[in-house]
Amino acid sequence: MNRIEKVFQNLKESNEKAFVPYIMAGDGGLDTLAEKITFLENAGATAIEIGIPFSDPVADGPVIQQAGIRALQSGTTLREVLAKIREIRPIVHIPLIFMTYMNPIMAYGIGNFIADASKSGVDGLILPDLPAEEEGIIATIAERAGIEIVRLVTLTSPLERIQEIANKGKGFLYAVTVNGITGARKGFNEELGKHLQNVKNVSPIPVLAGFGISEPSHVEEMIQHCDGVIVGSKIIELFESGKLDEIETLIAASKPESIKL
Amino acid sequence: MTATYTLPDERGHFGDYGGRYVPETLMQAILELEKEYKKAREDEIFQAELQALLRDYVGRQTPLYYADNLTKYAGGAKIYLKREDLNHTGAHKINNSLGQALLAARMGKKKIVAETGAGQHGVATATACALLNLECTIFMGEEDIRRQQLNVFRMELLGAKVVGVKSGSATLKDAVNEALRYWVTNVEDTHYILGSVMGPHPFPMLVRDFQSVIGNETRQQYLEKEGKLPDTVVACIGGGSNSMGMFYPFIKDESVRLIGVEAAGLGTDTDKHAASLTKGSPGVLHGALMYLLQNEHGQIQEAHSISAGLDYPGVGPEHSYLKDSGRAQYESITDDEAMEALMLLCKLEGIIPALESSHAVAYALKLAPQMKKSEGLVICLSGRGDKDVETVRTRLGGEGK
Ligand SMILES: Cc1ncc(COP(=O)(O)O)c(C=O)c1O
Repeated sequence: MNRIEKVFQNLKESNEKAFVPYIMAGDGGLDTLAEKITFLENAGATAIEIGIPFSDPVADGPVIQQAGIRALQSGTTLREVLAKIREIRPIVHIPLIFMTYMNPIMAYGIGNFIADASKSGVDGLILPDLPAEEEGIIATIAERAGIEIVRLVTLTSPLERIQEIANKGKGFLYAVTVNGITGARKGFNEELGKHLQNVKNVSPIPVLAGFGISEPSHVEEMIQHCDGVIVGSKIIELFESGKLDEIETLIAASKPESIKL
Repeated sequence: MTATYTLPDERGHFGDYGGRYVPETLMQAILELEKEYKKAREDEIFQAELQALLRDYVGRQTPLYYADNLTKYAGGAKIYLKREDLNHTGAHKINNSLGQALLAARMGKKKIVAETGAGQHGVATATACALLNLECTIFMGEEDIRRQQLNVFRMELLGAKVVGVKSGSATLKDAVNEALRYWVTNVEDTHYILGSVMGPHPFPMLVRDFQSVIGNETRQQYLEKEGKLPDTVVACIGGGSNSMGMFYPFIKDESVRLIGVEAAGLGTDTDKHAASLTKGSPGVLHGALMYLLQNEHGQIQEAHSISAGLDYPGVGPEHSYLKDSGRAQYESITDDEAMEALMLLCKLEGIIPALESSHAVAYALKLAPQMKKSEGLVICLSGRGDKDVETVRTRLGGEGK
């Protein structure tokens, strides 16, 4: 069983919700990556999404775009991130999931990338520009190497399609909560709770909500309807401004019991 | 092989190229677009409406003009110009914008978003939107806004909202990024009028089909004038739409050489050019697998060309396929060569071509002398140079010799 499947099985047994933060590899220099990962693990993250910078991130809003630009300016490459992950993997226990666009992987060579990612202990991949129609070029090779493809479903995906997509995966399903790109939002569509519930009803795997989630109150609201949340832009902002305590508060919001204790 | 050319396949692939590499949020919109387009293609009323607009509003068909002075100057093949510069709004872009705007109206979408480089596609789209009463938002790189002031004002006059894009190189590539982000956010009521044969399926097919009027007319006009097919057709390549529109109707005519001309900028041996097919490698950008200018890590590189419309680090998937298959040939022309060709066409023929089109003219002038006098060469004169006179004037030091 893949590390992702295991953590979700554990969460289910203890009736807990997931919190998956996103960070950009190389933002602040690649040397800060280990530090950030261990901080997030200690703060209670279920898994960590590690962004690999790409020059033209069409699914990302200004905060992640800027983080990507900083990472590229400090010379970050996919090869170096893989080497770094390999180095820190022994001291990290939670799943590490790469989020990037197809082109850096294609330039690396899909087969080579999967082989090296597997050696480094990468557990999953989120590829926002790879819909189900095109995933054949990487999904089979990845799954053979024990790397999960984490698939996205959105507000515009018909329920039948959501079901088909959900059935392909073993890890978790990424339910995008807005029509749009990444970045903090003030509020969400009223129908969202119902949508998440519908997604959950057809999905055999856990459903995590992501895009726009930025406040503890959002986290508390979302986990009423699904199995956890993914938070990106806000985590990047809080690391950038050094407000580590607010990151802890945000993660704690996914664990109502622990707050009460 | 080309005798049975039927690409793209049903998944939108041209060989390995093309496809639909887009965020899931856009999948429904592009699947619906494909379905509606296929219906519209077979719908006689839609086609009649489009044909009537192309005739009475755009001014088609455009002439196929025998350029006698240019032919004598080059001293070889007979040179014909396909006068897309005479279209309403001054370039071939209107063929596609009108087609897609009609399609959007048919799908009940009232809002349009588009990107623009030179501003020609933006002007054409703003025009089509004014005509069909659609709300229009155009993304344009700040660098291009600076280079193409007049076109920005034209778009605004036509009622469009022009949004400047500062990210990246602040040119066409970044305008496409921003237009895609806008589309993801407003997909429920907005159609994206992509300006070239790029992006996710069905755009490369649909834009090609709307632009094929260029090649279809040329084929017929040339047959009427010369009683045979041309030996060579030459067109410039930004994203690749005027060239694809010119090439497509000739693809099965294996005797016709198809030559696409990319922008070599300061030279293909420098890092300041836009020659994606000549110097790039395959990768994924803006929804499609195609040739790209990129570094070894898969980061997209900035393109450079004197002409804003060619300043793009990729080239449509069908051209990528035609290059690999050898059916079309791709060459490149520098900024200086294009400038020289522009001045020459002004003086010899009294036609001020767009800087983009001047790349095709420049290559044709190299090729024609190597061809026999009995042979014929058609240049796709994709647009007029009114928008470029300021750039040309600055480059000539403000005097114009
Ligand atoms: C006059 C003209 N020609 C050519 C182009 C390049 O585009 P494409 O390669 O899609 O024809 C442009 C783009 O703006 C243009 O304005």
